[in-house]
Amino acid sequence: MCFCVFVGCVFTTTIAQNCQFSFNGKISDFHDNSPIIGASIQIEGENKFATTDFDGFFEFQNICAGKYTLILNHVACETKRVRFNITENTFKEISLEHHIEDLEEVIVTSTNKTTSNTVQSTKIDRKTIDDFSGESLGDALKNISGVSSLNTGNTIVKPIINGLHSSRIIVMANGVRLQDQDWGIEHAPNIDINNADRITVIKGTNSLEYGGDAIGGVIVLEPTKYFLKDRIYGKTILGLQSNGKGGNLHTNIVKTTEKGWFYNGKATLKRFGDFHSPNYNLTNTGLNSKAFSLLTGVKKFEKGFTVDYSFINNKIGIFRASHIGNIDDLVTAINSKQPQIIENFNYDIVSPKQEIKHHIFKVDYYQRFKNSGKLEVQYDFQKNERFEFDVRVGDDKNKAAIDLNLKTHAVSANFNFDSNSNKTYKVGFKGVYQNNFANPETGVRRLIPDYDKFDAGFFAIGNFILNLKTTFNAGLRYDFNYINAKKFYIKTRWIERGYDTQFNDLIIGDFNTQWLVNPTFRFHNLSASAGIHHYFNDKTAVLFNYGLSSRAPNASELFSDGLHHSAARIELGNLAMQQEVSHRVSATYAYKTSKTKISIEAFFNTIQNFIYLAPFGTEQTIRGAFPVWNYKKTNANLFGFDFTWQQKLNETFSYSNKSSLIYGYETKNKRDLIDIPAPNFRNSLQYKNENWHQLGVRLESEFVLQQNNFPDNNFLTFLPSQKTIAIVDISSTPKSYHLLNLQTDVVFHLSKKTDLHISATISNLLNINYRDYLNRIRFFADDLGRNYALQLKINY
Amino acid sequence: MKTIKHIFALVAFTIFAVACSKDDPIVVNQEEVITTLTLTLTPESGNIITLRSYDLDGSDGPNPPVISISGSLAANTTYTGFVEVLNETESPAEDVTIEVIDEGEEHQFFYTFTNSIGTVAYTDTDNNENPIGVTFTLTTAASGSGDLTVTLIHEPAKSAADVKSGSITNAGGETDVEATFSLTVQ
Repeated sequence: MCFCVFVGCVFTTTIAQNCQFSFNGKISDFHDNSPIIGASIQIEGENKFATTDFDGFFEFQNICAGKYTLILNHVACETKRVRFNITENTFKEISLEHHIEDLEEVIVTSTNKTTSNTVQSTKIDRKTIDDFSGESLGDALKNISGVSSLNTGNTIVKPIINGLHSSRIIVMANGVRLQDQDWGIEHAPNIDINNADRITVIKGTNSLEYGGDAIGGVIVLEPTKYFLKDRIYGKTILGLQSNGKGGNLHTNIVKTTEKGWFYNGKATLKRFGDFHSPNYNLTNTGLNSKAFSLLTGVKKFEKGFTVDYSFINNKIGIFRASHIGNIDDLVTAINSKQPQIIENFNYDIVSPKQEIKHHIFKVDYYQRFKNSGKLEVQYDFQKNERFEFDVRVGDDKNKAAIDLNLKTHAVSANFNFDSNSNKTYKVGFKGVYQNNFANPETGVRRLIPDYDKFDAGFFAIGNFILNLKTTFNAGLRYDFNYINAKKFYIKTRWIERGYDTQFNDLIIGDFNTQWLVNPTFRFHNLSASAGIHHYFNDKTAVLFNYGLSSRAPNASELFSDGLHHSAARIELGNLAMQQEVSHRVSATYAYKTSKTKISIEAFFNTIQNFIYLAPFGTEQTIRGAFPVWNYKKTNANLFGFDFTWQQKLNETFSYSNKSSLIYGYETKNKRDLIDIPAPNFRNSLQYKNENWHQLGVRLESEFVLQQNNFPDNNFLTFLPSQKTIAIVDISSTPKSYHLLNLQTDVVFHLSKKTDLHISATISNLLNINYRDYLNRIRFFADDLGRNYALQLKINY
Repeated sequence: MKTIKHIFALVAFTIFAVACSKDDPIVVNQEEVITTLTLTLTPESGNIITLRSYDLDGSDGPNPPVISISGSLAANTTYTGFVEVLNETESPAEDVTIEVIDEGEEHQFFYTFTNSIGTVAYTDTDNNENPIGVTFTLTTAASGSGDLTVTLIHEPAKSAADVKSGSITNAGGETDVEATFSLTVQ
C-alpha cells in the first residue's frame, strides 16, 4: 500500500537566456505528509535526473522553456508522470491528492521499462492508427523507416522488418503472442489494427521477454489505457474509399470507474469490392472483415486483472488472374501486359479466396509486492481457422482446398524486480501447447500436416542505470521446442527427397501410394541480448546493441509438400532443416532539439542456416511443367540503414524524410537474397494551422527504386502453345516508381466532450501505373490506382 | 497468493486436458486428380493408334509422366478420334471425361502440331454450340515427324479469336492436362 503524492513547487527565473531556468520541488507522502527520500526524478526525453534529499526536495538547473514530463520513481511506488509547462517567470505550487486524474495520470495495463531505451524501437501513435482504421496493420507500419511489407494484392499485407518477415517477427496483441500460421507468404497477421492504442516496433532480437526467435523484430500492439474515473466515453470512425467502392466502420466504447473497474467493447466492419489499377479492374480482390473485442477487468495499484476476448473474421478475395494452371500459363501471364481475366466491378468474393477466423481469449493477473516488485501471470487461448478456396470443378467447387485449425494454449508468469530503479530485473517463464489439425475433407493432400508442439521458455533480463547518462541492459533466454507430426508422403516424393536413406525409421503406415510418417523434433534455442544507451548531451544520444537469437524451423519449412495451386508451384520443405541462429549488431545515433529530430539506425545481421523459399527448377507432370520452389538453407548476411528526419521549418510548416536501404546476400553462394525490399524514400511536407480547426495539409512523396540486387532464378521451359523454348522470368524486378499522396484534416469541437475529425486523402494522386517487387500479384497486374478517401471520426 | 495457485492449477489442468494423445490422421486420396490421358485414333481402315500419358504420382509427385505411343500414323489419312482422361489412383478408375463433358462450357481440349504434320477438327459441342474437343477428326499430312500437344484448358475464353477453331493462343484459362507426343507420319 503506497500512494505517492508529491507537492511540487516550481520557481522559474529568467536569466538572460531561455535555458537557465531552475526547477525545484518537494515530494511527500500523502498519508502523513512526511518527505519521501531517495525518489528519482527524470525529465522525459532529456538526460536530466535528480534525487530527493532528506527533506524530500529536488532541484534541476539550466532548464529551457518548454513542455516537460517528469517521471518519478520510488521503491514500491508506481512510476508516475507529471506534465509541466515552463514558459515564463512563474511560481506554481501544486498540491496533489491521491486522485490520480488530477495528475492526468494513467495506469498503463502493461508497463515494461526493462527493455525501454536500449533497443531500436519506434512507436506509432493513436492518431496514425486511426488514420489507418480501414486498412491493415502492415500498411500502418510502413510509416516506420525500415519496415516494409510483403503483399498478396493490397488486402494481405505482411510486415517486413529490416528485410525479415513471417516467423521471424513476433506480433504481440494485448500481451498475447499471435499464433496464426504466420509461416505462409500469403498469410497476413489476423488482427484488427483498431484494437491497438499504440504500436511499438522493436527491430532485431533485443526483446527477449516476448520470445527468443524474433530474428526480424517484434511488433507490440499495446492495449488501451484506462483512466480511474467514473466515465463513459467512446469513439466512432467511418471511412469511405472510392477505390474498392467500400468503407469501414469502427466503434469503441469504454466505461471506467473510480474503483478501478473498466469495460471496453470494440467492433469493426470493413467491406470492399474489387479494387482497380489505373487501367483496369482487379477482379476478385474484395474484402469482407468483421471484428469485435470485449474486455473487462480491474486495475488497482497493488493488483488487478483483465479478461479479454477478441474475434476477427476475414474473407479475402485473391486476384482472379493470379490463379494459373502450369508454367505455360505463368509465362503467358508474365509476358502479357494485362491480366488474363478482367471482369466488371463486383462486391462478390469468389474462389480463389481465403476465409480466416481467429479467436483470442486471455486472462491475466498482477500483484505488486512491497519492496520487491510485480508479479504477472497470464493464460491465453487462441484458435485460428484458415480456409483457402481454390478454383475447383464438379462437386468440390465450394469445398476449401486448405482447411487448417490451429489451437494454442499459453501460460506465462514473470516477475519484475523494480524496487531499485537503478537496477531492475525481470525473470519469466512461458509454456505453450499447440495443435494443428488439417481437415482431410478437403480432398486435397495436406500442405501442412497434423502436429502437436510444446514450447517452454525461460528468460532473465537486467536493466542498469549506470549513471545519469548511461543505461545498460542485458538478457538471456532459453527455449525448448518439441514437435510431433504425422504426415503422409507420396512414396515417389519420399525417395526424391532422399528421405528413404535417412528417415525410413519414421514410417508408421503404408497407404498404397503414400507413407504415413511420424517425425519428431527437439530444438534447444539460446538467445541473448545486450544494449547500452548513452547521452552525450541533452541533444545527442547513441545506442549500441547486440542480439543472439535462435529460431526453430516452422511447420511450413519442415513439412511443405505439394502443389500450391494458387501459386502454380510445387513447394517442398525439408525434414533435415536446422534452427536459424542470428547475430545482430546495431547502432543508433539520435539528435533531438525542439525543431529537429534525426535518427540514423544501422544494423548488421548474420544468420546461420537462414531458411528461404526459392525457385529450384521444374517438374514435369500430367498437368504440364511446374516450377518447384524449395525451402533451402544458407548463411546470409543482411545490413542496412534506416533514416528518419523531422524538421520544423517555421510555426506552420514542417518537413519529414524517412528512408531505408538494405542489402542482403548469401555468403556461401555469393548471391543476392530474394525478396529484399528496394531502397525507398518517403518525403512529406506538412502545413498545420492550430488556430483554424487544427487544419492540416500534408503532401507526401513515396519513391521506391528498382531492386537491382536480386538472385537470378529464371529457367527455361518448352511452351507447347507457342512451340518454343522460353525463359520463365520470375526474377526480374519492377521499375522504380514515385507516388504522391495528399491528405488534409480538420477538427471541429461540437461540444465540450465531442470532437469531430474530418480527413480527406487522395492516394496515388497522379494515378500512375506501377508494380511493387514485394507484391505477389506483380506478375499479373498493376498495383492500385488513384483512391479518394474520406474519414469521419467522432470522439465523445 | 491463493488466487495465483488457483490460476496455475486451472491452466495446468486445461493444458493436460487438451494435450491428450490422438489417433492417426486419415489419408487423403487426392480428388480431381488426372493420372491418365489416352487418345484413341481410329482410321477408316488400318491400325487403331493410341497415345497415352500416364502419371501415377499425379501433379504432386516428382516422377514425370510416362508417354506411350502405339505406332506411327499413316500419311494423308483421316482418323476419328476421342480422348479420355482418367483418375487411376482410385479403384475402379474414375472417368474424369464425364465431368469434362458435363461442364463442357468450362472446358476445351486443344490439339497443337509442330511441323504441320496434321490438323484436327472438333466434332462435338457444348450447350452453347462451342466445341469441347472430346471427339474430333485428325487428318494427317504427307509423311514427316513432329509433336502433337494435347491440352485440356479449364475456363478457356471460347469466344476469343480462333479459339473455337482450335487455336490455344488466345484461350487463356488454366491447364488441367498437358501432354506432348512425338509422332511420325509415314
